[in-house]
Amino acid sequence: MKKTHIIGLIIIAIAVAILVSTGTEASTYVDFSVAENMAKTGDKDQVHVVGKLKKDATGNIQDLVYNPTLDANHLEFMLIDNNGREQKVVYNAPKPQDMGRAEQMVIIGNMDGNVFKCEKILLKCPSKYQDGKVEFKEAKPEKQS
Amino acid sequence: MLHTTIGNIGHLFIILSFVASLISTFGYFKSVQTTDLLEQASWKRFSRFAFYIHGAAVIGIISVLYTIIYKHYFEYHYAWSHSSKALPVYYIISCFWEGQEGSFLLWIFWHAVLGIVLINTNKHWEAPVMAIFGAVQVFLCSMILGVVLPVIDLKIGSSPFLLMREAMPDLPVWAMKPDFVPEDGNGLNPLLQNYWMVIHPPTLFLGFATTLIPFAYAIAGLWRKEFSSWIRPALPWALVSALVLGVGIIMGGYWAYETLNFGGYWNWDPVENASFVPWLVLVAAIHCMIIYKNNEAALRTSYILVIATFVLVLYSTFLNRSGILGEASVHSFTDLGLSGQLLIYMLFFLFVAIVLLVIRWKDIPSDEKEVSTYSREFWIFMGATTLCLSSFQIIAATSLPVYNKIVEGLGFVSKLAPPADAPTYYSKFQLWFGVGIAIFSGIGQSFWWRKIKKETLSKHLLTPLLLSLILTFVAIFFTTKAQVGDFFGTPTYIILLFAGIFSIITNGAILLDIFKGNYKLSGGAVTHIGVAMMLLGILFSSGYSKVVSINNSGFAISEKDEAFTKDNDKENKENVILWLNTPSEMSDYTLTYKGVRVEGRELPEYLHPKQVELIENDFHAVALEDIVQQGKKYYSAGDTLPVFPENKFYEIDFRDKEGKITTLFPRFQINKKMGNAPSPALKHTIGGDLYTYVALAPNLEEKEWSKTENFTVALKDTFFLNDYVAVLDQVKRVDTYEGKPLGPNDAAVQATIKVMGKDFRPYEVNPIFVIKEGLVAMPAIENDEIGVRAKFTNIDPKTGQFGFAINTTQRDFIILKAIQKPLINLLWLGTLVLIVGFVMAIIRRYREFKLMRDKGF
Repeated sequence: MKKTHIIGLIIIAIAVAILVSTGTEASTYVDFSVAENMAKTGDKDQVHVVGKLKKDATGNIQDLVYNPTLDANHLEFMLIDNNGREQKVVYNAPKPQDMGRAEQMVIIGNMDGNVFKCEKILLKCPSKYQDGKVEFKEAKPEKQS
Repeated sequence: MLHTTIGNIGHLFIILSFVASLISTFGYFKSVQTTDLLEQASWKRFSRFAFYIHGAAVIGIISVLYTIIYKHYFEYHYAWSHSSKALPVYYIISCFWEGQEGSFLLWIFWHAVLGIVLINTNKHWEAPVMAIFGAVQVFLCSMILGVVLPVIDLKIGSSPFLLMREAMPDLPVWAMKPDFVPEDGNGLNPLLQNYWMVIHPPTLFLGFATTLIPFAYAIAGLWRKEFSSWIRPALPWALVSALVLGVGIIMGGYWAYETLNFGGYWNWDPVENASFVPWLVLVAAIHCMIIYKNNEAALRTSYILVIATFVLVLYSTFLNRSGILGEASVHSFTDLGLSGQLLIYMLFFLFVAIVLLVIRWKDIPSDEKEVSTYSREFWIFMGATTLCLSSFQIIAATSLPVYNKIVEGLGFVSKLAPPADAPTYYSKFQLWFGVGIAIFSGIGQSFWWRKIKKETLSKHLLTPLLLSLILTFVAIFFTTKAQVGDFFGTPTYIILLFAGIFSIITNGAILLDIFKGNYKLSGGAVTHIGVAMMLLGILFSSGYSKVVSINNSGFAISEKDEAFTKDNDKENKENVILWLNTPSEMSDYTLTYKGVRVEGRELPEYLHPKQVELIENDFHAVALEDIVQQGKKYYSAGDTLPVFPENKFYEIDFRDKEGKITTLFPRFQINKKMGNAPSPALKHTIGGDLYTYVALAPNLEEKEWSKTENFTVALKDTFFLNDYVAVLDQVKRVDTYEGKPLGPNDAAVQATIKVMGKDFRPYEVNPIFVIKEGLVAMPAIENDEIGVRAKFTNIDPKTGQFGFAINTTQRDFIILKAIQKPLINLLWLGTLVLIVGFVMAIIRRYREFKLMRDKGF
């Protein structure tokens, strides 16, 4: 076998290894039930869960615990996933400033006992461009001078 | 009044530029295809003219769009959504490329400029190269064409000259008032109001644009069956492209480092990756183009890599602009419905290139003989292979959302998400590619310059090897001693450290040798040293970045949940609370948070909020006192001054052990376009940066005050204020109120309430009771340090008791995160060295090309 062939084989092997690892190490979008099942079977992989904050009729966030004077790095809240399941989430970092305004959020982490331990929060804030809700005033006619 | 004419002119220019590029492409195509020399020349003249028209039209489009933005014609959607009256003039240029249409325009502009440069520097290759250029321009212009094809009702492109009523036809206002003009625009995203965002996009797009040149030459070479002579003119351009694209990417990284708070310069975000991958492949292509003369096998590889570079640029454009990344990226463009068009653009050139390559494959000269391990080509090949594998790994993982779409398109369900921890995931692979690149660049350069044979191998490589090993141990010793990092915790880092040092030593030795001869040839060695320095900078600053804001307050964390108490004991508490004007210890520093500051637009220093009153919904403030900074008076009391109202700066003093104080101003931005955004403040030292940002500032929102509590106390009485012990120390008469002397019939008394704060720190609250012109005033006096608002409500001369109405609130505080980034300067210094090396190589290769061109080759 020629040397170039050996090197070629090594390259192909590395490329295949990369592809396999991409497939296996990619995270997945799941709901809380799947996350729970994964935790029960001992699967420690982190998952993405898309959901909404639990809010009351007037839009106030419910069951959010954050007491920065006691511990700035501990936040608890309830997230409702796309199947409507409520789940307590714990995030060991300061509360993201815009959390209340987010219409949807993605949390990354895994289930640990009865709570979802979240490592990262991605917020989706309503953009001014969407829904055609545009706030603007009309220009005043310029004064003739 | 609607300014409709100017938009129509702009649209006309777009159509003109589109048609002209189409004609130019056709003409140049004819010129290549015909064999008649006279006809060739006449087609060339004709298409050259058409391309110049195209260039002029592009300048026209840009001028019109710039005028619309600059003159605040908010009846145009582009001006409305990307600019506002509050925007400083020097950022207006950035509005241009905030939107997709404008950034396409920037790209088109660079292609037009480069095309004209090529027409004037290389007559021999003009026709085929410019045919490719023209074709690319046709596709790009179609993106901003904004024309709806009749009958089939197909919209092509999105024009930047849409009026508001055309862009948002569903708004109810049009029914009532068709010529409605918004008063102000939505504004440029404040995060982009930064000098880096003025120069980063044009640089990056020039980088993208220049990748077209080697591609066009490669296709031209295949087309005209001049299989190897295209490399000489293409090589200097490939180097220019790698330089500009590389600099553009690093600029983006530096902007992110300074402005965003993810704690670094590279986040492995799909958008970042998509621009980095073509660069890696381009660098691999350059290496193959350099060695093709000695090894013809490199010629085929050069073709593949040059084509891959360009197609990857198109792929990255597709990823960023089609909306396919969705949640996977924080900074891709909003979807304009161009994904189909973008896909056709990419597939067209991919298809043309592949078909041409397949047809001509057999004719491309190639070397079938075995490459010797002792040849320089072998090691350069290894380096290029490493670069390609590295880019393959990045693109394979970045494309995860694309796989989902493809699988869904086939009717299955795929829910793959990007790796949860992208930096760890990518670094795991890229670390080894970094090692490979460093080692191969050292060995490759040695082979290139030293004519190494089997017998002399040890003579040439043993010394640098031993020296590198020694230096690696020295480096480990000192970094461990300086407590920068623990190399034995992660042994793989030792390998990268060694590889980087080895690369610097071997390339450095070669550099010394070349300098004795002809320094003009040393570009390669210099560039490789730059790369090795960057690798070491990345190793230290990222591998050993250390959170120093550890919460040592000793508060027990959540005790409610047993599962968490055990974890929480292990958890690193990585943020500290800083109370207003209360020093606290952090790592080697004593930190004092001194309060919020306001940013004046034309002032050298920040303003105290008490100095100005912000005008709501405006970017001006009224000065409440004379504003004197650095010995110069800027404004008098009552003047209006421009400010950046969305930016809040938090003044924090860092006092080190020697008592030296550095003041940092991390920023918090109330960003209406994308949610609030903290930006770090950096303390630069030779040994590295201290990177700090405000993780949370709770008092941004309205303060919540407790219910009013009334106290009736006599002098020297003690009582409790917001859980602190307070004493009414004294009550005395004062002669002034709000800075003005009182009249003869007026009177005022001021109380001094002393409060013993945390750690027995004394504070004072001084409420005042005023009788002025027969009226009683008892203004509320606030003290943010202890979170108290007090009113002096009553004086009872009979009992000698005084009444106070008190509200309490949360004391003012911020939560700070601080990270140490050791030796980050190596990364920036390495970048500069890399730039110097590239420039030297470009000059050398351009001279070679010019020499041969002028000789008629």
